[in-house]
Amino acid sequence: MKFIIAVIKPFKLDEVREALGAIGVAGMTVTEVKGFGRQKGQTEIYRGAEYSTNMLPKVKLEIAASDEVAEQVVETIQQTANTGSIGDGKIFVFDLASATRIRTGESGETAL
Amino acid sequence: MTRDLVKLAGLGMAALLAAPALAAPVAPPVPNPGNNAWMMTSTLLVLMMILPGLMLFYGGLTRSKNMLSTMTQIGATASLAMLIWVMWGYSLAFGDTTYEGTLGLFVSGGSYFLAGSDASSTAATFTDEVISKYVFISFQMTFAAITASLILGATAERMKFSAVMMFVPIWLTIVYFPIAHMVWAGGGLLFEDGALDFAGGTVVHINAGVSGLVLAFLLGKRRGWPNEPMPPHSLTLTMVGTGLLWVGWFGFNAGSALEADGSAGLAMINTFVATAAGALAWMVVERAAGHKGSALGFCSGVIAGLVAVTPAAGNSGPFGAILLGIISSVICYFFVAKVKAKFGYDDSLDAFGIHGVGGIVGAIGTGVVYQPFLGGPGDGSVALAEQLWVQIFSVLVTIGWATAGTLIAGFAVKATIGLRVHEEDEVNGLDISEHGERAYN
Repeated sequence: MKFIIAVIKPFKLDEVREALGAIGVAGMTVTEVKGFGRQKGQTEIYRGAEYSTNMLPKVKLEIAASDEVAEQVVETIQQTANTGSIGDGKIFVFDLASATRIRTGESGETAL
Repeated sequence: MTRDLVKLAGLGMAALLAAPALAAPVAPPVPNPGNNAWMMTSTLLVLMMILPGLMLFYGGLTRSKNMLSTMTQIGATASLAMLIWVMWGYSLAFGDTTYEGTLGLFVSGGSYFLAGSDASSTAATFTDEVISKYVFISFQMTFAAITASLILGATAERMKFSAVMMFVPIWLTIVYFPIAHMVWAGGGLLFEDGALDFAGGTVVHINAGVSGLVLAFLLGKRRGWPNEPMPPHSLTLTMVGTGLLWVGWFGFNAGSALEADGSAGLAMINTFVATAAGALAWMVVERAAGHKGSALGFCSGVIAGLVAVTPAAGNSGPFGAILLGIISSVICYFFVAKVKAKFGYDDSLDAFGIHGVGGIVGAIGTGVVYQPFLGGPGDGSVALAEQLWVQIFSVLVTIGWATAGTLIAGFAVKATIGLRVHEEDEVNGLDISEHGERAYN
């Protein structure tokens, strides 16, 4: 099993969610986050006083997937969240030691 | 039975009182209910400018930890000003006793604690009409209250509540009441000089702006300013406050005609168009400076336009007013965005940058837009250059008086109870340290 963390541009969330649904991903956790990479931050101006914020809002997706599906998930996110400009985000993949469904106590891939 | 007897006695008294009144050769003028009703409405509109208009406008611009402090200082200042007004403020500005000679140029007297006024007393307007004296006193009361409150924009986020409560009575007494008398009362220095100030460009805006700047210098900068970011915590509330101020300003400007007449109508249309022009002009200047047209820019332009049209309200044609609104926004933008940063004074919410500077633009500009060639109501009997000098003189007197008076009042507070909160209290925010509350829980 793999655990996939993807940080993407917020406006791409709906598109990515639909594309992942289409390949059979049954659930994910979504968090609004802030961070920076090559895109740096943005500038706010109030009556001429400029404040540069070095953190930008992003959306973080967390998805647990079986080994077979994981590669397809990464590919789908990479293609759907892509705008071609800096700040599109990153995808990280971890080995997942275990997963348990709280309601039934099932564990392993059946819990995903 | 007893009640009937009282009623009968009352009727008898009325008949007795009526007889000499009928015999009197000239009946005293009676207020026209229409004018009275408009002036009562205007008075409440000005109250709405303060509470909650100015509270929200200023409050939204502060950081969330100072929201309640900003609003409470304004509410308490306005309340204190109202009480002082009926004790000795009205006397010094518009009292029944006029002094001969130099003293009379600066203050009046008598009428302390409103002595001599009752429900039938009247106050003169600009025509043969009269309005009820209590209405006039109330209307002018709100002007004293808002002027003192405006100062607090320059001193926000660091002045002690107790210091505000001590500063305001001294400042009103030695600065506001004399200037109101000088500009608006018969016998006043600038009134007799022919200065045009319809609704308070000098008395309210230059006065508050300059006093705020001086007090900001006495207080010192906020901790961390300008290196630490201090963005407004809610431009939504600032926008709501801006709306309340604009609507309330019709009472301020059109009410200053003291009647519901054509002059009030002129002030009304000018308060629409100068403000609209100011709002858009500020956003255009932002674009020209390479930025985005902003919400705060819109709000700032609204206030810059309103401030500039205040002295010109009944003294300008609509297109002169539009011109004033545009010029005021451009110059105020330059002051808040460039000059403040260059000189490094911490006028927290730009009380000087917009009210002081916009007031100066308006007071001087009124001399121009008053002229008939720009569609103003002037008859051209006073030459432009002559009127301009009268206007500039009134601005200089106001700046000088406000500076000197604020220094006296400010130092008096600084030397006794101190002006500024403790550094730790400032970092924690004035809401929790001065009032024991938080705005948002």
